Amino acid sequence: MLLRGFADAIMMRAQQAIAEGPSQGYLPPYHYDQIFSAHGTIMIIFVAMPFFIGLMNIAVPLQIGARDVAFPFMNAISLWLTVISAALVMVSLGVGDFSHAGWTGYPPLSETQYSPGPGVDYWIWSLQLGGIGTLMTGINFFVTIVKMRAPGMTYMKLPVFTWAIFVTTALIMMAFPVLTVTLALLTLDRYLGMHFFTNSLGGNLMMFPNLFWIWGHPEVYIVILPAFGMFSEVVATFSQKRLFGYHSMIYASIAIGVLSFAVWLHHFFTMGAGADVNAFFGIATMIIAVPTGVKIFNWLFTMYRGRVQFTTPVLWTLAFIVTFTIGGMTGVLMSVPAADFVLHNSEFLVAHFHNMLIPGALFGYFAGYAYWFPKAFGFRLDEKWGKRAFWAWAIGFLVAFMPLYALGFMGMPRRLSHYDNPAWQPYLEVAAVGAVIIFVGIICQAVQLVVSIKNREALRDVTGDAWNGHTLEWAVASPPPFYNFAEIPVVHDLDAFTDMKEKGIAYQRPAKYHDIHMPKNTPAGFVIGMFAFAFGFAMVWHIWWLALVGALGMLVTLIVRSANDDVDYYVPAAEVERIENEHHRQLANADATREDAEPAPYFVHQV
Amino acid sequence: MTADVLTYPAHADHGHDATATQTFGFWLYIMTDCILFASIFATYAVLSHNYAGGPTGKELFNLRYVFGETMFLLFSSVTYGFAVLAMNRNARNQVVGWLILTFFLGLGFIGMEVNEFTHMVLEGHGPDRSGFLSAFFTLVGTHGTHVSFGLIWMAVMIYQVTNKGLTTPIRSRLMRLSMFWHFLDIVWIGVFTIVYLLGVM
Repeated sequence: MLLRGFADAIMMRAQQAIAEGPSQGYLPPYHYDQIFSAHGTIMIIFVAMPFFIGLMNIAVPLQIGARDVAFPFMNAISLWLTVISAALVMVSLGVGDFSHAGWTGYPPLSETQYSPGPGVDYWIWSLQLGGIGTLMTGINFFVTIVKMRAPGMTYMKLPVFTWAIFVTTALIMMAFPVLTVTLALLTLDRYLGMHFFTNSLGGNLMMFPNLFWIWGHPEVYIVILPAFGMFSEVVATFSQKRLFGYHSMIYASIAIGVLSFAVWLHHFFTMGAGADVNAFFGIATMIIAVPTGVKIFNWLFTMYRGRVQFTTPVLWTLAFIVTFTIGGMTGVLMSVPAADFVLHNSEFLVAHFHNMLIPGALFGYFAGYAYWFPKAFGFRLDEKWGKRAFWAWAIGFLVAFMPLYALGFMGMPRRLSHYDNPAWQPYLEVAAVGAVIIFVGIICQAVQLVVSIKNREALRDVTGDAWNGHTLEWAVASPPPFYNFAEIPVVHDLDAFTDMKEKGIAYQRPAKYHDIHMPKNTPAGFVIGMFAFAFGFAMVWHIWWLALVGALGMLVTLIVRSANDDVDYYVPAAEVERIENEHHRQLANADATREDAEPAPYFVHQV
Repeated sequence: MTADVLTYPAHADHGHDATATQTFGFWLYIMTDCILFASIFATYAVLSHNYAGGPTGKELFNLRYVFGETMFLLFSSVTYGFAVLAMNRNARNQVVGWLILTFFLGLGFIGMEVNEFTHMVLEGHGPDRSGFLSAFFTLVGTHGTHVSFGLIWMAVMIYQVTNKGLTTPIRSRLMRLSMFWHFLDIVWIGVFTIVYLLGVM
C-alpha cells in the first residue's frame, strides 16, 4: 500500500510541476481530486496503521513475556478486516472510482447531491470496516498488556515501546467509536436521505468537522506515539545505555494522549468558532509541544556519552530528531489562530503535516522495521542498502517539502490541479525532484530486502539477541518459537534482559519443561473477512441481497464458531524440549565463533 | 459486531483466569460503546430543535406508550438478574426459564419500538423529514439494534445452556451478556430522559 500511496503522490507532484498557465498538465481535475483523496486515506489508514500494528504484534507479546495476545481469534478478525478494507480501496481503481472529497470527506461535498457516484461510498466503507478492525485491536492489546505481563513486570517496569502502545490503544478505544458514528451518520445521509450534515431541512454540516477531528486528531497521536516508542528502544539499545528519563517519557506519553483530545478545533480555526474558543484550542495545541519536547531531550540525553552505533535505525532516529523539531515549530506557529488564518489550507500546512508524519511516524516505523526484522525473520537487513535508502529518503524529504513552506507563504492553496502564478512553478519543480529522490529511497528498500534474503546465511541472527538488547524479546530465539517462551520469565528490572545478562542467568535452562497451552488455528477469522468484503462491496454498489448474505455470513460464522469449545491444545513438553535444544545448540556454536572473532560486547550500565 | 466477537472464548493460558480476561475485555468494549452512544447523544442534542417545519417531539411522542415500553426493558433486566442468580445456584432449568422470560420481555420492547417507528414513517414523519427526526431515529434505532443483537445472543445462549449445560465458557458468556443487557438499560434511561421527557416539555 505504501507503493500505491506513493504512486498517487508522485503523480500529484508531476501534475503540479507542469500545470501552470496555458498547460493543463496530464490529469483532469476530477481525477486529480480522487488521487489526493486516495493518497491521504491510504497513507494514514492503510500504511501507517497496519505498519505499526504489525510491529506491535511482533514486539508487544514478546516484550511483556507473554505467549500470545489476550484474544487471538479476535486478532485474526482485525487482520482480515484491515486486509479487505485495503482491498476495497484497490478495487475502486478498476471498478467505479474513488472519493474526490479529500481524505477528510467534508460534507456537503461528500453528500449524494454533489457526489452521487460510488466514490465516496468506497471511502466510507473501507474506513468503516478498517476502523472496526482497529478498535478490536485496541481492546485486544490493552487487555494483553493489563492481564498478561510476566510475573514481576509492574507498570513501571514495562518496556517503553509497550508503554507507548498502552497509551495508543487507550486512544484507539476512545477515538475510534467517534469515527464509527461520524461515518455511520454520513452513510445514513447518503443511503436513507437523512439530514445530519445537509444544507437543508435541519442538517448541521459543522458537526462533521467537529466529529471527524475528535477522532482525527487523536488519530495523529495514535500513529505517532508508537513511533516514539520505537525511537526510544532504538536509541537506548544502540547507545548501549539505559534510556534517559524513563519515567518522564511515560508521563509525557500520557500527557500527549490526554491533550490530544483537547485540540481538535485547530483543524478549522477559520470556520467561525469565535475568538475565545479558538484561543482555548490554540493554547492547548501549544501545550502539546511541551511533553514532546521532553521526549526530544530524553533521546538526546540517552545518546549523550553513550557508545552510539551508527546503524540504520539510529540514522532514522537522528534524521527524525532534527526534522521533527522543525515540523513541531511550524505546528506551534500555526497553533496561533491569527497566523492560522493566513496559513490555513495553504501549502504551508501540507508541508507541516508531512513534516510531522514522514519523519515522525514513517521514519520511526522504518527504524522499528530494521530493529525487529531479525527478531521476526531470523536474519538482519543489509546495512549498506539500508543506509542508501536512508540518505535518499532523508534528502528527498527535505527537497520535496521545504519548498512547500515557501509556497505557503507565497499564498499557494493546497489541492490545486492547475494554477496561473508563474512564480510558484520553480518551487513545485524542486518538490517534484524531491519526490523522485524519495522514489530512489523506496527502490533501495526493495533492493535491500532482496539482497538481505539472498545473503540471509551471512546475516543470520543465531543468538536471538541481534543488537545486545535490553528487553525480553531478545531473550528468545530469532525467529521466536510459536509459543514464544518455554518458561515464562520472571522480571526484576526495567531492562529485564540486560538484568538477566548481568546476573548471568540469561539463557538458563529450566530444570524441566512443561506442556504449553496454545490456541488452535481456525479459519473463522478469514471466513468472516471474506463475508465482510462481500458486505462492503455490496453496500458500495447497493447490491442489497449480497449485503444481506455478507452480514448474515459474519453472524452465522461467529455463532457456529461459538459452538466449538475445543479451541485450545497442549504442546507436549517433549516437543518444547526438542525446539529449545535446537536453539541452545545454535547458542553454543555462536559463542564458540564469537570468542574467536571478537570479545563479547561490553555493556555500560548507567542509572 | 464487536460484542459478538468478544462472546467467544479466548484460550485459558498463562495461569491467568480466562473468564476474568474476557470480562475485562468485554467491559472495555462496553466503554467504547458508551463513547459511541455519547457521540450520538451529542448529535441529537445539536439537532433536537431543527424541526425544519416538521413535527416536534411534543406532537409525536406518546409518553404513556413509551413508559410501557420502558417497563418491558427494565423488568427484563430484573429477570436477567434472576437468571444469573440461578446460574450461581447451578440450577440449569431455572436459568433457561428466566432467559426465555427475559427474551420475550426484550422482544416486547423491540416490538413496541418497531410499531412506534412504523406509525411515524407511515404518517410521513420518517427520518428524512428533518434533522431532528434523523437524529431521533438514529439514536433510538441504534439502541434498538443493540437490543436486537442482544436478543440473538440470548437465543444462542438458551440453545447452548439447554444442550451443553453450565460449562465454564457458557457461564462466562452469560456474565458478559448480563453486562451488555444492563448497559442497554442504562442507555435507555438516558434516551427516555433526554429524548422523550425533555421532548414533550
